[in-house]
Amino acid sequence: MVSINVTVDGRSESHDVEPRLLLVHYLRDVVGKVGTPIGCDTSNCGACTVSFNGQSIKSCSMLAVQADGGDVLTIEGLAGTVETDLHPMQEAFRECHGLQCGYCTPGMIMAACDLLKENPNPSEAEIREGIEGNLCRCTGYHNIVRAVQTAAASMSGTGVSS
Amino acid sequence: MTVTDKEYETAFGQPLRRKEDAHLITGQTRWVDNLSAPGMLYAAYLRSPMAHAKIRVNTEAAKSYPGVVAVYSAEDFGAAQAVIPDAWTVHPDMKKPVMTPLATDEVRYAGEPIAVVVAETRYQATDALEAIEVDYDPLPAVIDLEAAIGDDSPLVHSSIGTNTCFYIESPGEAYAAAKAQAEADGGVVITRRFLQQRLLPTPMEPRAVLVVPTIDDLTVYASTQIPHVLRLLLAMLTGHPEHKLRVVAPDVGGGFGGKINCLAEEIIGVHLAKRLGRPVKWTETRSENFLQMHHGRAQIQDIELAATREGKLLGLKVDLIADLGAGLRLFTAGVPMFGAAMFNAIYKMDAYQFNCRTVFTTMTPTDAYRGAGRPEATFAIERMMDELAAELGMDPIEVRKKNWIEHHEFPYTTISGSIYDSGNYEAATERAVELFGYDELKAEQKARRERGDRMQLGIGVSTFTEACGLAPSRVMGQLGVGAGGWERAEIRVTLTGKIQVVSGSTPHGQGHWTAWSQLVSDKLGVPFEDVELLAGDTATGPQGMDTYGSRSLVVGGSAIVKACDKVIEKAKRIAAHTLEANPDDLEFAAGVFTVKGSPGPQMAFVEVAAAAQLAHNIPDGMEPSLNSAYTFDPINLSYPHGTHLCCVEIDTETGFTSIYRYACVDDVGTVVNPMIVEGQIHGGLVQGIAQALFEEAVYDEAGNLITGTLVDYLLPSAADVPSFLTDRTETPSTDNPIGAKGVGEAGCIASTPAVVNAIVDALRPYGVNDVRMPCTPERVWRAIQGGQSQSGSVAKGGAQ
Ligand code: FES
Ligand code: FES
Repeated sequence: MVSINVTVDGRSESHDVEPRLLLVHYLRDVVGKVGTPIGCDTSNCGACTVSFNGQSIKSCSMLAVQADGGDVLTIEGLAGTVETDLHPMQEAFRECHGLQCGYCTPGMIMAACDLLKENPNPSEAEIREGIEGNLCRCTGYHNIVRAVQTAAASMSGTGVSS
Repeated sequence: MTVTDKEYETAFGQPLRRKEDAHLITGQTRWVDNLSAPGMLYAAYLRSPMAHAKIRVNTEAAKSYPGVVAVYSAEDFGAAQAVIPDAWTVHPDMKKPVMTPLATDEVRYAGEPIAVVVAETRYQATDALEAIEVDYDPLPAVIDLEAAIGDDSPLVHSSIGTNTCFYIESPGEAYAAAKAQAEADGGVVITRRFLQQRLLPTPMEPRAVLVVPTIDDLTVYASTQIPHVLRLLLAMLTGHPEHKLRVVAPDVGGGFGGKINCLAEEIIGVHLAKRLGRPVKWTETRSENFLQMHHGRAQIQDIELAATREGKLLGLKVDLIADLGAGLRLFTAGVPMFGAAMFNAIYKMDAYQFNCRTVFTTMTPTDAYRGAGRPEATFAIERMMDELAAELGMDPIEVRKKNWIEHHEFPYTTISGSIYDSGNYEAATERAVELFGYDELKAEQKARRERGDRMQLGIGVSTFTEACGLAPSRVMGQLGVGAGGWERAEIRVTLTGKIQVVSGSTPHGQGHWTAWSQLVSDKLGVPFEDVELLAGDTATGPQGMDTYGSRSLVVGGSAIVKACDKVIEKAKRIAAHTLEANPDDLEFAAGVFTVKGSPGPQMAFVEVAAAAQLAHNIPDGMEPSLNSAYTFDPINLSYPHGTHLCCVEIDTETGFTSIYRYACVDDVGTVVNPMIVEGQIHGGLVQGIAQALFEEAVYDEAGNLITGTLVDYLLPSAADVPSFLTDRTETPSTDNPIGAKGVGEAGCIASTPAVVNAIVDALRPYGVNDVRMPCTPERVWRAIQGGQSQSGSVAKGGAQ
C-alpha cells in the first residue's frame, strides 16, 4: 500500500492504495466520484476523461499513485450541482441535445473544455479532431459538435448561436 | 437561439430540452456500476480462450486466494444453474441445443463463461481467476458458414447432429415464372451476393449486474433494456417467485439491442446472491463485452432480381444463410425472419421467394442489433435497385419511382403480406433531392470524371422503409415469439395536480422522460414541468414489455395517451358534478373544463385533481382517484420510411473514402419532439455508416475474435464522420392514436446501402459492381485495381 494525497474537485483526499490501482478506480471506488464512468479497457473511449493539473487525461491510463500531490477535476466538480450553476459547456450540451444515454458525456465535456482552453475558437474540423479520443455511440457526434461550437461562442462572449 | 420551454403554447411537437440531461451532464448518474450495497461482493468470470473444446474445471486453488469468498463452475450448480433462454420458435422443427450459463463440459465460443469468482474487492476477484485450472481438449472450430452446412463439417452441438438450426423455403413457382418472363421479354435478371459482416453493438456502458438479496426478496439492478422481461425470465429460470423479484434498470448507457438478453451473468448473479446471502456486483470490461454481448448481422445474402427492360420489377428471390453463432439467445433465430418481410421494401412486384438457412458456428451468438433483420434486408434490396439502374442505364431514383407504392395506394398489402398503413415516398424523395443538391452533385461528379481527377465522387440512393413498433401480440404469437407486444402505462395524479407517468417502456438514452411529459402535458393541459416519469423499475411499474424495435412512442406512448383519456373521463364526471352540468355538455381544452357554449363557470384540471382526492363532493359511487392505466396493443406494425442520399469522395490512389455530403428526409409519422427525432437519426446514421466503412468483428480460423478491443474494432470517432443535412415529411400512422411510426432504427437501416451505393457508383467506371463491407481503403483500392466484385465469403471472417 502506498499513501497518496490528491485534491479531487477541490477537496483534499488521503488514502492508502495498492500501487496498481488505476486512477479511475481510485476516483470511483475509493473517493466515490462515480460521475466519471469507464467505457473500455484499452484507453480508447475517453469516457473516463478528467482534468489533471489542468490538462485533460484519460483516468484509466494513469495509476492513482501517479496522481499523488496532484489536482483532479471531474465532471462533478466542473460546476455547481444546481441547474442554474452549470458550466457553459454543460449548458451547451443540454441546449444542443449533445447527449442521449449520457455515458460518454462526462468525458466528452471534460475533453471539450480542454479543447477550448487551447483553442477558444475552433473550426468544425478542429472540434472533430479535438474530441477524436472520445467515443459516443448514440449521437453520431453531429450535436456534440454543435454543442462545442455553442459553448465556444458563449465562452468567448459572442453570444449563443444555434 | 436559446429555446426556453415556456415559449410554446403546447409541448407537443416542440424541440423541448430534455429533462433527463441535468443529472447526466453533472455526473449525478446511477449507472449500475455506480451503485453499491452494504457488504457487497464482486464477481469476475473466467472465460474460454478457445472457440471449441471439451473442458474439465478445477476451482480449488482459487478458493484460497486473498479475499475470495466463493468460486463456482457449472458442476457446483448442477441442473439448478438453469439454461440460457430463447424466446422465438421460428419453426416447429428448429433445433434448440441447450447452453448453460456456465459452460457444462464443453465450450463453444471464445468468451463463454466457465467459472465465477466472488471476492471482497474487484481486483481480488479478477486476481483469483488465474488460479482456476481448466483442461481444454480442443475440438474443431466452425467458422466458415458455408462449410458448416456441409455433411462433413465438424459439429458445434454434436447432440443435434447438424449445424443447421432450421431451413425455411417458400414456394418458388411465382418467382420462376417472373424470371422466365424477364428472360423471354429481353428484360434483366441480376444476381448478387452480399455479405453482412458481424458487428458488435457496443453501447458505451458495458453490461453490469448487482443483485441485492434480503431475507424476503431479491433486487436485481441490471444494465438492461428489458427489466420486465428479465424479471420474468429470472423468476422462471431460478425458481425465485416473480412477485418477490424486483428488477431495476437505473441509468442505462445505451443498448442498441445489445441489452435485450438474459445471460449468464444475470442468472448466475441471482444464484450467487442467494447462496452467499450478500449483494454481488459484476461489471463487464469492454473486452468481455465484445465476447459475450451478442453480435449482430452476420448473413450471406444471395439475391436475384428480375425486371423488364423498362425497369419494372417482376420478382425477387432471396437465399439467406444466417450465422446464429454458438447457440440461441432470446431472439437469435428470429432476426433473419424479422427481415424476411422487408426485402420487397417499398416496391411493387408480382413474385417474391424467401429461403433461409440458419447455422450454428463457434462464435458469439448473434441476436438483435439496431434494426435486427431490417438493415440486412434494406441493404440487399437498395443495393439491387442501384444495380438495376446501372444495368439499364437509368437514374437510380427513376428506377425506384417506377416501382414504389404511390401515396394514393395506401393502405397497401405487399407481396410479403405486410400491410403498410401510410406513406409518401414521392414527397420524401423530392425533398431529399432538393436538400442534397442532387443535380448539382451529379454535375460535379461528371466534371471530375471527365477531368480524370484523383478525387472522384459517387452518389448513392436509399429509399427505405422498415417495420417498427413491435407490436401486435397476436402477430407475435403467430410468428412464434414467446411474448406479447403490448405496452402499459399508468397515469397517477397527485392532489396538487402533478402527474407521475408509470411507463413499462424503459429508457436508455431515448428521452422518454421528456417525450412522455410532452404527451401528458398536451393531453391533460398540465405544465410540462409538472410531469414526472417512473420507469425501469418493476416495483413502480410492474407490467411492461420494455424497449426494442422502435416501439417506445408507437406502443408505449399510445398507452400513455389512452390512459390520459381515461383520466379525462373520470375528471369530467367530477367537474360536471361540481359545475352541476351534464358530463356530455363539458368541453376539455388546455387543462380546463367548460360548459359547451357557455362563458360561465369552469374548472381547471388541478382543481378537479384536488376535488377527486379530497373526495368531499364527488359523484356517488365514484372512486376518489383520477389514476388510470391502459395497456395498448396495436393492430399493426408501423412503417416509417425515408430517402437517404449519400455522396462519397474517394481518393482513387489510396482508396480512402470520406463522406462528402449526406442528406436524408425521414418520415416517422407524427413527431412529439423534433430535436429528439433528429438526434435518433444522427446516431443511427453513424452506426449505419460504420457498417459500410469501418466496423467488422473478425474471427481467425481458430475462432478467436481478433477485433476484441476498441483498439481493433473501429468504432467511428467524430473525426471519421460528417455533419448531416436532415429534414422530415410527416405522414401519420393510421394505426395508433399518436400517428407515430418509430425512429430508433431508421438512420441505421437506411444509411448503409446509401454509402455503399455511393462507393460503387464512384467506381463503376473502373468496372466495379460491388465492394465488400466494411469498405476499407484497402478494399476500395483493390476494387479499383481489380475492377470487379469484391464478394467473398463472410465466413472467412473478413481477414482479407
Ligand atoms: S475508460 Fe478510459 S479511455 Fe475508456
Ligand atoms: S450519449 Fe450515449 S454514448 Fe454518447
